Amino acid sequence: MGRAAVAVAVPVDETRIRMSSLWRDGARRLLRNRLALAGGIVVVLLCLVAIFADFLAPLPYTKSNFGRLNEAPSREYPLGTDQLGRDLLSRMIYGARVSMLVGLGAQVIVVLIGVPIGALSGYLGGRMDIFLTRFIDVMYAFPRLLFVILVMSALGAGLMNIFIAIGLTGWVGIARQTRAQVLAIKEKEFVDGARALGAGFGRLLACHILPNALTPIVVAVTFGIPEAIFTEAALSFIGVGINPPTPSWGQMVGEGQQYIRSYWHLCVFPSIAIAITMLSFTFFGDGVRDALDPKLK
Amino acid sequence: MLQYVVSRILWLIPTLLAMALVTFLVMHATPGSPLDPVAEGANPLSPEAQKNLAAHYGLDRPLHEQFAIFVGKAVRGDFGNSFVYKTRTVREIIVDTFPISLLLGSMALALAIVGGLTLGILAAIYQNRTWDYVSVSLATVGVAVPNFVLAVFLIILFSFVLPLFPTGGWDSPRDWVLPTVALALAPMGIIARFTRASMLEVIRADYTLTARAKGLGEVPVIFKHALKNAFIPVVTLLGPMFAAVGTGSFFVESIFRVPGMGRFFVLSMTGRDYPMIMAVVLTYGAFLAIMNLVVDLLYGVLDPRIRY
Repeated sequence: MGRAAVAVAVPVDETRIRMSSLWRDGARRLLRNRLALAGGIVVVLLCLVAIFADFLAPLPYTKSNFGRLNEAPSREYPLGTDQLGRDLLSRMIYGARVSMLVGLGAQVIVVLIGVPIGALSGYLGGRMDIFLTRFIDVMYAFPRLLFVILVMSALGAGLMNIFIAIGLTGWVGIARQTRAQVLAIKEKEFVDGARALGAGFGRLLACHILPNALTPIVVAVTFGIPEAIFTEAALSFIGVGINPPTPSWGQMVGEGQQYIRSYWHLCVFPSIAIAITMLSFTFFGDGVRDALDPKLK
Repeated sequence: MLQYVVSRILWLIPTLLAMALVTFLVMHATPGSPLDPVAEGANPLSPEAQKNLAAHYGLDRPLHEQFAIFVGKAVRGDFGNSFVYKTRTVREIIVDTFPISLLLGSMALALAIVGGLTLGILAAIYQNRTWDYVSVSLATVGVAVPNFVLAVFLIILFSFVLPLFPTGGWDSPRDWVLPTVALALAPMGIIARFTRASMLEVIRADYTLTARAKGLGEVPVIFKHALKNAFIPVVTLLGPMFAAVGTGSFFVESIFRVPGMGRFFVLSMTGRDYPMIMAVVLTYGAFLAIMNLVVDLLYGVLDPRIRY
């Protein structure tokens, strides 16, 4: 929302009042939606855990205790230990950091690629637009996860590569959304008005068209976050995501499920964490969508 | 109509070629090579041995030639030998594993469609009552939670707490239950959501009112008049459903140790088995593209208002 407010700060005072009231109305509706509020609170908590992981984790995530492998939860190790004798709770706490980082960071990349391409394509039209829509169609035909897995296997595991892989595949949806919005808005009278007043191409797009196209983009981003978190978990699950020893929930489920018969706790706790995170973001995203655009449902 | 069908079928060719090209280039950009020694940290193979291996696999030719050869052979179903399972051709592996994935996928899709429609209809009929909440929450969990996480919960619930089903394997129909459910929940949730929304719309339509007004009972109104129309938007979902089931099978097959194509794909990924990876991607791609086409055509058949 902070980013949105900056983009919205148009010199004309009246516009600012109207726009900020849209966001304020949205915030009010969002606060009234209990499920979304609960989801939002969990998301904030997860972010805090991710930021303060160093203080919260009782042990470093790499500290092994080879005398106590695969131990069930006890007072000393609240969630037990893993196959290398590392404290599961500490690893879960650091895992939150990876999930949040991927969820938020990948969306920044997706927006930075997708919005300009979509906006230019919708505004300029012509040959570039045709080429882009064709390209988007081909990308859509490719199952997204299959493509991400391919890219990851080419780049190798690692956090930076996950950003790149999600960025490369994720911008398509947002570009499509932005393009549709810009196409509709550029025909409106106020854009004609601004153009008549002498506004140039960049100013028209940045100050008049994009702020009005922002709502669906914000909604797409809120749904893109859990999508990215899911992608990271899935990649790490099959072993092409985060490099060990950095813990990631998906990787912990992937490794733990091999021992599920004997040591259930190894994969159950990270599974619960992934489920809660995904559900919270979904509730929050649904709330944001309903709050910003009550017409959609 | 015929013209549309023909042009759609012809469009398959460039789409598949583009997929093949992307896969081919991505695979060749990978740092690892099949010429590297198999064991980690071992000494590199001698230059002569590398040369022989490269010649054997055709890796010494220029890239565009390699691609042309690959496409030419792929059209005939020949994907060469697997780099990892050196004694078997990729084709043999796919012929062995694809039917298993297809069986699992079809069962999951059938369950998703039947379950999703049932949940969606119940939710719409009992809007804002218990059934609605049950079906909406089930749908939300199915959509939001990744299938490998659902699989873990299913194993805990139905293998450990209630020892009804085995934790993995693929020998008897009893082994099929949990993987099918794990794979079906996500598409089922999406179908349930869509069915609910479109049923709610149709139930309020004038023709449903007419059907009620002429004295029809609730059952024929729902099944004969409402469902037929509510089903149309749901059909558009089937394309993405195939993709969801296809990519979902990687994880579900890995967890439940199902010897299908998805599990082989994950294994070939870590082994950098180029021919295997390309073959799997193309098989999935071709399958999904054809299914999308079938769904689009089906849509026209089901809804006579659509003209091509």
